[in-house]
Amino acid sequence: MSAYDFRLCETALTALPSGALYWAEQGVLVVSDLHLGKSERIARRSGVLLPPYEVTETLSRLDADIATTAPRLVICLGDSFDDLKAADLAEDHALWLTRLMAGRRWVWIEGNHDPGPVDLGGEHRTELTLGPLTFRHIALLGATGEVSGHYHPKMRVAGQSRRCFLLDGARLILPAFGTYTGGLSSDSIAFSGLMEEGAIAILTGRKALPVPIPKDTP
Amino acid sequence: MRPLPAPFSNWFSARGWQVHPHQIAMLHRAAAPALLLVAPTGGGKTLAGFLPTLVDLAEAPRSGLHTLYISPLKALAADIRRNLTAPITEMGLPIRVEDRTGDTSYTKRQRQRADPPHILLTTPESLALLLSYEDAPRIFAGLSRVVVDEIHALAESKRGDQLMLCLSRLSTLCPGLRRVGLSATVEDPAAIARFLARHPDPCEVLTADPGPDPDISMLETEAPPPWAGGGGRYAIPDILAQIRRHRTTLIFHNTRAQAELFFRDLWLANDDGLPIGIHHGSLAREARERVEAAMVRGELRAVVCTGSLDLGIDWGDVDLVIQVGAPKNVKRLVQRIGRANHRYNAPSKALLVPANRWEVVECQAALEAVRDHDLDGDPRGPGPRDVLCQHILIRACSGPFAADDLYAEVTTAGPYAALTRPDFDACLDFCATGGYALRAYDRWQRLMLRNGNWTLRDPRATRDIRMNIGTITDAEMVKVRWQNRHGGAALGEVEESFAATLSPGDTFLIGGQIVRYVGLREMALEVTPAPGREPKIAVFSGTKFSTSTQLSERILRLLDQPDWPRLPAHTAAWLALQRDMSRLPQPDRLLVETFPAEGRAHLCLYGFAGRAAQQTLGLLLTRRMEEEDLNPLGFVATDYATLIWGLDPVPDPALLLDRAALRDGLDTWLKGNAVMKRTFRNVALVAGLIQRNHPGQRKSGRQATFSSDILYDTLHRFDPDHLLLQITREEAMRGLVSFGRIEKMLDRIGGRIDHVTPGRVTPLAAPLFLEHGRVPVDGAARDRLLEETAARLMAEAGLS
Repeated sequence: MSAYDFRLCETALTALPSGALYWAEQGVLVVSDLHLGKSERIARRSGVLLPPYEVTETLSRLDADIATTAPRLVICLGDSFDDLKAADLAEDHALWLTRLMAGRRWVWIEGNHDPGPVDLGGEHRTELTLGPLTFRHIALLGATGEVSGHYHPKMRVAGQSRRCFLLDGARLILPAFGTYTGGLSSDSIAFSGLMEEGAIAILTGRKALPVPIPKDTP
Repeated sequence: MRPLPAPFSNWFSARGWQVHPHQIAMLHRAAAPALLLVAPTGGGKTLAGFLPTLVDLAEAPRSGLHTLYISPLKALAADIRRNLTAPITEMGLPIRVEDRTGDTSYTKRQRQRADPPHILLTTPESLALLLSYEDAPRIFAGLSRVVVDEIHALAESKRGDQLMLCLSRLSTLCPGLRRVGLSATVEDPAAIARFLARHPDPCEVLTADPGPDPDISMLETEAPPPWAGGGGRYAIPDILAQIRRHRTTLIFHNTRAQAELFFRDLWLANDDGLPIGIHHGSLAREARERVEAAMVRGELRAVVCTGSLDLGIDWGDVDLVIQVGAPKNVKRLVQRIGRANHRYNAPSKALLVPANRWEVVECQAALEAVRDHDLDGDPRGPGPRDVLCQHILIRACSGPFAADDLYAEVTTAGPYAALTRPDFDACLDFCATGGYALRAYDRWQRLMLRNGNWTLRDPRATRDIRMNIGTITDAEMVKVRWQNRHGGAALGEVEESFAATLSPGDTFLIGGQIVRYVGLREMALEVTPAPGREPKIAVFSGTKFSTSTQLSERILRLLDQPDWPRLPAHTAAWLALQRDMSRLPQPDRLLVETFPAEGRAHLCLYGFAGRAAQQTLGLLLTRRMEEEDLNPLGFVATDYATLIWGLDPVPDPALLLDRAALRDGLDTWLKGNAVMKRTFRNVALVAGLIQRNHPGQRKSGRQATFSSDILYDTLHRFDPDHLLLQITREEAMRGLVSFGRIEKMLDRIGGRIDHVTPGRVTPLAAPLFLEHGRVPVDGAARDRLLEETAARLMAEAGLS
């Protein structure tokens, strides 16, 4: 099995190698930081014209995860769009999303890049609580049973840098799912106060691989 | 013949100096549209370039910019300013000389734009920036001469291509502009002349008296060189003896890592405490400047250095150059030798120190090439299109332009003289729309066509374009500095990829000191002193040159002799033993040995195609062996040979060398290859697809950027024929992948393959067993390595 099963607050969850989270018992698929429309936004703002294929690439990976898990609910954990203007997707991409949304509940959690509702259907929330778990964009200090995104964590092991989940007893932070997204090294300061002692990272790639997070250097 | 004007001849004679014939010749040809002077180091080249300007301004004083001087080094511009100021002041000439580089203050640069000096000394990048301003026509009004110094070095890189595009613009702004190039000795001056001249203007080549031949030989050492490896540390006692015997010695190394290791060991053996410094491109500017200043004051007896000292600055009293390691390239060797003895009519003295047995042969071949004045060099091919893309964006910053005009203008630049209109249009389209098969940016084009002229959609884009001017795309570097309680001072920089392999506590060498890595803070590696500790990791990669085609051919001819009286006895005996056991490689044949060793089947292929090509050959051959179920396990490559090991012997090496199959393998392999990704990053930076200096980018502490590898993968999947992928492929084939040299080798051997099965390791193959850089072959190795490491780490942390 290339996915990684674990428990958070007594809840059985699965980290998929793609960077999506699957909660099989409830039929929930969670992805974070899709940053759809990033190349369009960069073009609009700076004139730099990146290869305009990242929406297609991101949606095809999301499509694949939805096809394998057939979720009842999809939660996009914020920064789904690179900004609110970018939510104005090209027609074929909008249709593609509509097709993915058909027949299931779909929740857009708002993020710092997309702080308002979008015209694409689905529900729009600042956060969502399901049983013991709370889904929000940016982790809150002291929260438990929290699933969030925002930081785009990544980690370097054996010379290879991979996007990763970060997991401790209280929270899970998801990697960015969008194609054109960078990452923040998981041992960087942003997490040192956030993650408990003994936290692990789950690397994405061909296989979801758990590894310990190196301790802060004195 | 026009004599030298009186103030000048008086000035020369007051110093007891003779005007060189080539200096006078330059003055007589001052009206030529383009002129190339080829002169050895110390030949008064720079003065020759400036003499017509000084005479002109002395006889007809005027205001405004008269002459632009371009050098590849900032330091050289400053050096020249000091050297020019002396005669100008002493003759009381009404001439203002200023330099302008990235280090010039903002206020000074503003003033230079408003009120340019008579002579402006600058770099290609600073010139490109000046040309990007809307008031460029005013700044350059009246410019009549441009002097390009060290043009032989510029002509080898994209910096030179960019400069020639800038000159094409300058020639439009200043009709009648005359161009002068100053070059060290090169193999093909006519090619440099074509590079410099405004196409199709003629460009005369003036060759100064090259002076006496250098006094060059191989250093005789107490101990014979080792069988393999680099660095030449075995020769340290003999090198110290040479340093003691000379005033000032420059000790050149081919890589920064080797320079560091050598310097450390030299220092340990330096019982007399001779003042010796180290200088290379990874050291902090302050550290380099300290060494340079000490050199100029004559305080150092030796400097261990790399290519960072190849160019320009006059060091005064160097009387010996030592080249450690095979020179790889005869032309560079000759230029390095010229660093010794800047007095014109004295021979330069140089010693070669081969680092291993193979290099003894290469050094001997190089000595003979130097004596025969046989310089090497591969023609560079047409100007790269990523540089043209950047030029188009720079042109757009300075104002609207018509495509026809710009095409006509850029094709006057030597490297772009053969540029076709469709190729130009593709570059323009890339700049305007991104050039994607999917036309996604109609609303946000970077350049818009308005009233028949191309112009920036958003004028604010000029800022980003200007900040990204330039074609130097070194690997991402990370600064190294002392931890705060050790002063916080900068030590230098290391490649990001090297930094990523460090764990806290690891030690490495930089600036001749062993330091301990503590942690990463504000994008810099913090280190503490770790004296006396063995550095765990001593290497950070520098440029690895391949031995030139021409030098490789000389080596083959040298091997193909009945005996070797000019080689040291230990090396001649080694070659004779090879001939007894197997055969020697020959110029028009390919020697392939297969033999068992260490429980594995081995294949050694003596292609003499240079390190990069032998490396590529290793990758391609092991792929072919996989297909044939020959179970290859790994390989190692040097400039001369590739050694492959695996589970099964190769029955017929000729089958593996089928040209079409190799090329097929190349295309598949290249797709996911790290070399291609690195090349793509450079191309994307130069062409303006990604930016290096994004304002405020790193302030948040959170990297907003993502790896250019993602862009490469995306383009490859969705737009494989995109312009930037075309450029990337061209560049990799010529450079790091070097497939061209593999094809040349196949041409050379013409199917004549000598397959020898000696039954055991041969003398020539033996050193390859000791080489570093063994490459494992296993498609699944990457994933398996990662999984094993992850499992081990989990177990160690008690988490599994």
